[in-house]
Amino acid sequence: MEILLSLLVGVLMSVSVWMLLSRNLVKFLFGLVLISNVANLIIFKVGGLTMGAPPLITEGVTEQYANSLPQALVLTAIVIGFGLVSFTLVLALKAYQAIGTVNVDEMTLAEQRHDPEEKEESS
Amino acid sequence: MNGLLVACILTPMVTAALSFIVTNTAKVRGAISIGGSILLLALSTILLYQVVNGGPVSNQMGGWQAPMGITLIADMLSAMLIVVTAIVALSVNVYAMGDISEDRIAGGFFTFLNMLIGGVVGAFLTGDLFNLYVWFEVMLISSFALLVLGGNKVQLDGAVKYVAINLISTVLLLTAIGLLYGLTGTLNMADLSIRVPEVENQALVAVVAVLFLVAFGIKAAVFPLYFWLPASYHTLPISVTAVFAALMTKVGIYALMRTFTLIFPGEHSVIDMTLLGLGLVTMVLGVFGAMTHNDIRRILAFHVIGSIGFMLLGLGLGSALAMGAAIFYMVHGILIKALLFMIAGVIGKLGASFELARLGGLYQERPGFAMLFLLAALSLIGIPPLSGFWAKLLIIEAGLHHDATEVIIFVVLVSLLTFIPLIRIWSEAFWKPKPFSTEEAKADTSDSKAIGPPVMPPNWYAWTPVLGLSIIMFLIGFLPSKIIAMSDTAAQSLINPSAYLDTVLPDRAAAQANLNEVQQ
Repeated sequence: MEILLSLLVGVLMSVSVWMLLSRNLVKFLFGLVLISNVANLIIFKVGGLTMGAPPLITEGVTEQYANSLPQALVLTAIVIGFGLVSFTLVLALKAYQAIGTVNVDEMTLAEQRHDPEEKEESS
Repeated sequence: MNGLLVACILTPMVTAALSFIVTNTAKVRGAISIGGSILLLALSTILLYQVVNGGPVSNQMGGWQAPMGITLIADMLSAMLIVVTAIVALSVNVYAMGDISEDRIAGGFFTFLNMLIGGVVGAFLTGDLFNLYVWFEVMLISSFALLVLGGNKVQLDGAVKYVAINLISTVLLLTAIGLLYGLTGTLNMADLSIRVPEVENQALVAVVAVLFLVAFGIKAAVFPLYFWLPASYHTLPISVTAVFAALMTKVGIYALMRTFTLIFPGEHSVIDMTLLGLGLVTMVLGVFGAMTHNDIRRILAFHVIGSIGFMLLGLGLGSALAMGAAIFYMVHGILIKALLFMIAGVIGKLGASFELARLGGLYQERPGFAMLFLLAALSLIGIPPLSGFWAKLLIIEAGLHHDATEVIIFVVLVSLLTFIPLIRIWSEAFWKPKPFSTEEAKADTSDSKAIGPPVMPPNWYAWTPVLGLSIIMFLIGFLPSKIIAMSDTAAQSLINPSAYLDTVLPDRAAAQANLNEVQQ
């Protein structure tokens, strides 16, 4: 299970890095969704997997139990990641509506200088 | 138990909520926000007083003893930075009253501003690594909201880049924290400082340290990770730029200082060399970048990057002397950046533009204001007896102490080069005659109106914080000894964190035994 999870992390990480390198903003966003999930999986994995045991300690029972801290961390990270990703999706939509492109190479409005002479040259 | 730490975090958070719920009126929202930041300033001053007299103050949240629970701790560094944060918060709140349009306030400007301040204070106070991540997120999401609030095309374009890069840094930070937890089984920073040297596989520790360096490096706008900063800062209203430039990058530097002294210490290590090198390159590129631009806000945005380089130098040299210099530079840097951006805002209001080509004649119109700008600029360059001089003197002194000739050469050279972009602002905006008549200039900037804040004549909302911050800068310049002494104490406790550790883990041996028991 541990090896399987590690392989999954590796594959997902490489896929998401490839997508993050894309010039298409939408692809970039999907890469971002993936990589934030990869981070959660990493926490889950390195926190130590305990198979088939609940993260709760019942009074009097001293059986094996899973470490609940990584799960709590992942849960927090999922909630935060969900909020950030939904914000970014809306931002991308707004940017697309305002600028008219999802190609980041063409998103250069903020980089332009506002000198009147230069504007004429570029247009 | 000390409620003061919780109060410092709660004050901006409650202010954020109140300013949104209580009323829809812009003036009342602003007044609540100003009240909140005055309260924060008072609380943080009391906290600083306590820390100066009694050493670090800590609070274990939820009654769980460290390292099990989440720790809040204020040592000298945190307490100093929170006071400075509160000063910036107060001045930005006042400035925003005259700068931010009604629709932005209706959209919750003051709410997000206070949430941002809450996140900054939380990041300075926390003693838990995962909690630090959460505070970074609080900061990040409120900064996103401020970025796009009332957004036009250009603002959205800048926001996309800012959001994209910062989200990647967040993921890296989370991964690094996860890996470190896997290696040590703890997230408490004091506990980590004991456990990290005990880890067998030190190579993995080095990898994790580099992940932290990259994640915080993006936040702090360190070379080669700074490109998001000049791409987005100039698209925002001046109040937002001022608070971003003053605080956001410095929180990254604070996090670097904390992690690389407490968790990954070790003088003359590879990481220290890397930090030193990155610091040198960052400050050189910052000043060269500033030379290439004609928009005052962009020139200042590159100066933010340059000053980050100076702070990294102090961290990279690694001794208490150098660290003290970096901390003093941080206090100076936060205040001077807020001041300079507000002055830029006033220039923009007086001249109806931020373009150097369109500005002019301000010295003739407002000689007093011109003097204020000149003094702030000279302070940034490091002319005695202004505060920037002491900051740079301390770094040079640390460089002499380490026989680091390259550091001294670069500090002097970059300080000289800093002259060029700032004197360009002086000669173009203040000294040369006005290029257009006022009506013409106003008609001509109809297109750039969408980019800059709406053109309003500066009123006392703008003048009060500018004057107030200038007075504070003068006081630091003429009476630096108190703050230098405090910076040195802060640096001493970073280099030798035994007081920090004792405060968080009052019974270190017992805590260790306790944790081992739980793990088995």
